[in-house]
Amino acid sequence: MKKALAILLALVLCMGLMVGCGGGSGDSGESESGSVYFLNFKPEQDEQWKAIAAAYTEATGVPVEVVTAASGQYETTLMAEMGKEAAPTLFQVNGPNGLKNWVDYCYDLSGSDIYSHLTSDDFALFNEAGEVSAVSYVIESYGIITNKTLLAEAGYTVDDIKSLADLKAVAEDITARSAELGFSAFSSAGMDGSSDWRFKTHLANLPVWAEYQAEGIGTTDAIKGTYLDNYREVWDLYINNSTCDPSQLSAKTGDDSRNEFLAGEAVFFQNGSWEYGNLVGEGKFAEEDLTMIPIYFGYGDEANQGLCTGTENYWCVNKNASEADIEATLAFINWCVTEDAAEMAESLGFVIPYDTAVESNNLFVKIANEMVAEGKTPVSWNFPTMPSEEWKNGVGTALTAYAADQTDANWDAVVSAFVDGWASEYALLAE
Amino acid sequence: MEKALKKWFPVFVLPTFAAFIIGFIWPFFQGLYLSLCRFTTVNNAQFVGLSNFVKALTDTTFKDSFFFTVSFAVVSTVVINVLAFAVALALTRSIKGTNIFRTVFFMPNLIGGIVLGYIWQILFNCVLSLLGKQLLSLNTTAGYWGLIILMAWQQIGYMMIIYVAGLQNVPPELVEAAEIDGATPLQTLFRIKLPMVMPSITICLFLTITNSFKLFDQNLALTAGEPAHATEMLALNIYNTFYARSGPQWKGIGQAKAVVFFVLVICIALSQLRATRSKEVQQ
Repeated sequence: MKKALAILLALVLCMGLMVGCGGGSGDSGESESGSVYFLNFKPEQDEQWKAIAAAYTEATGVPVEVVTAASGQYETTLMAEMGKEAAPTLFQVNGPNGLKNWVDYCYDLSGSDIYSHLTSDDFALFNEAGEVSAVSYVIESYGIITNKTLLAEAGYTVDDIKSLADLKAVAEDITARSAELGFSAFSSAGMDGSSDWRFKTHLANLPVWAEYQAEGIGTTDAIKGTYLDNYREVWDLYINNSTCDPSQLSAKTGDDSRNEFLAGEAVFFQNGSWEYGNLVGEGKFAEEDLTMIPIYFGYGDEANQGLCTGTENYWCVNKNASEADIEATLAFINWCVTEDAAEMAESLGFVIPYDTAVESNNLFVKIANEMVAEGKTPVSWNFPTMPSEEWKNGVGTALTAYAADQTDANWDAVVSAFVDGWASEYALLAE
Repeated sequence: MEKALKKWFPVFVLPTFAAFIIGFIWPFFQGLYLSLCRFTTVNNAQFVGLSNFVKALTDTTFKDSFFFTVSFAVVSTVVINVLAFAVALALTRSIKGTNIFRTVFFMPNLIGGIVLGYIWQILFNCVLSLLGKQLLSLNTTAGYWGLIILMAWQQIGYMMIIYVAGLQNVPPELVEAAEIDGATPLQTLFRIKLPMVMPSITICLFLTITNSFKLFDQNLALTAGEPAHATEMLALNIYNTFYARSGPQWKGIGQAKAVVFFVLVICIALSQLRATRSKEVQQ
């Protein structure tokens, strides 16, 4: 009797274990109508996405689960989640090189409703067979966010800045008088991991863009680095007219840089339209204090250069999900960009590359649109063609080393990381 | 008693045993298999044979991180154990407040590695900027010694506790007899106390060596391998192979590195255990 009890108890305990491990792989997603599981990339928009999901569930009865990966942990989270039985039905990749990891998991969107609303094939990613693997869901812009009030205190307006030479003159004048003015030209160009992408990726886009323009190409496996001298000029400007000593940059974070700008310690802050919510609002700036100017690069027709506008956020539908879930997911994303387009613009501040787009209330997005209306040509986002994170890290390290000790030899290291690193990383990609 | 033990044996062993199989044995063998595969998610792997191992072993960053790890492990093991033993000796004398000191020395061990890494990063960067030196992320030497200081600070307390326990187990009559025979304090230390605490030394060396080889959190938080992988240790190198690269081939290579890493740590730890065990004496 006691023995039987012992075995029974042991079994009960083991059952507990099995249930514990098996949880989550239940068939919540197997219902007739299917369900959506969206693994969201943007932590700053977690709440907004959950609200949109709730609204969709209320309108249609289809359950939508939104899970947000922690900042910088998207790939690791996605890998873990995709291995599960209840895998995300909707996930995102960052451009063509990000797609390489996941292309085998992407449902062909060629005939889908959402693709039919896409304004241009520039906003889709294709696999080798020419099928639509991913579609962009947001267009963003970046440039140099400018505090107009401080600029006026220094005796200038944004109309005085129409080229790299102008920007240089203004910034150097502010630096010369910074003790008297009480602020610097640029907020710190932090090279901590939370901020270095602004320079190793976003600023590095400009020499790549200029070279692609000059060569008339859209991607290459061997960059020449023709415009790296301009890159150096802009970088010199950022680091030598800043709130802090260039040798301190490696420890400066994204928050440091933003806080300096918010505290009125700097006139210029290189960042993008996604910063809108962090900069405008109560206790922060009013819209009329701020504007965004292009990152002038000393290349081409600078007077007609626009902001850097493009996308690196693409939606993919998991083709291994059940038929019903795929249908539900396709319906959900189509609903987002059509019927819910106003909400995308309103709560997320997104400009979406679909013919149903509603104008956004985001100041920086409006500026980008005004510039296009004035006939200025936006700078395209070419950093999705950068070979790998490894390449960006190499350029970032070299830039930081150069900032701390601005010699030609250290700049040569940047050039080498940029040009040779590009070739060797592309060689690895081709394997 | 024995009968009862036999009867209730499955109740106590089965749950943990099942957890051990699910949480350790099964993933371990799956990991071995994955090192021979090309994969993006673990249950969708394509067998490719030994090519991952060839790529892993010809990767120069892996070799560099191995040498960096070895030089870190040697120095940190020596520093931690010598200092921990010294502190333990000091705190087994009858001085007032030894318990407070033991607690204080043990406390750093209670803070997680990531947090420690970031706190020490701020401290080191402050000191370096005051000295006018390059900050951590550009300074390999500072990164190396920074890691050693951090690890020493964290681990000395823990090892000290083990040494204190060992020293308290040295029979006082032995020490007394040695003193009566006219042994100097140094002779007592090297001829009596050290041989008697060999079991503690075995366990402390084992812990510090394996901890040094497996170090990840502190490395990630303090230097993140900067500048340009120069302070990247083996575990971080594997992590970066896995996640900082695009393309499914890298997952398999990272997994192959992890298997090589496992074999390395096992070999080193076992040979250390064998070497120090042979020095242990029976009381």
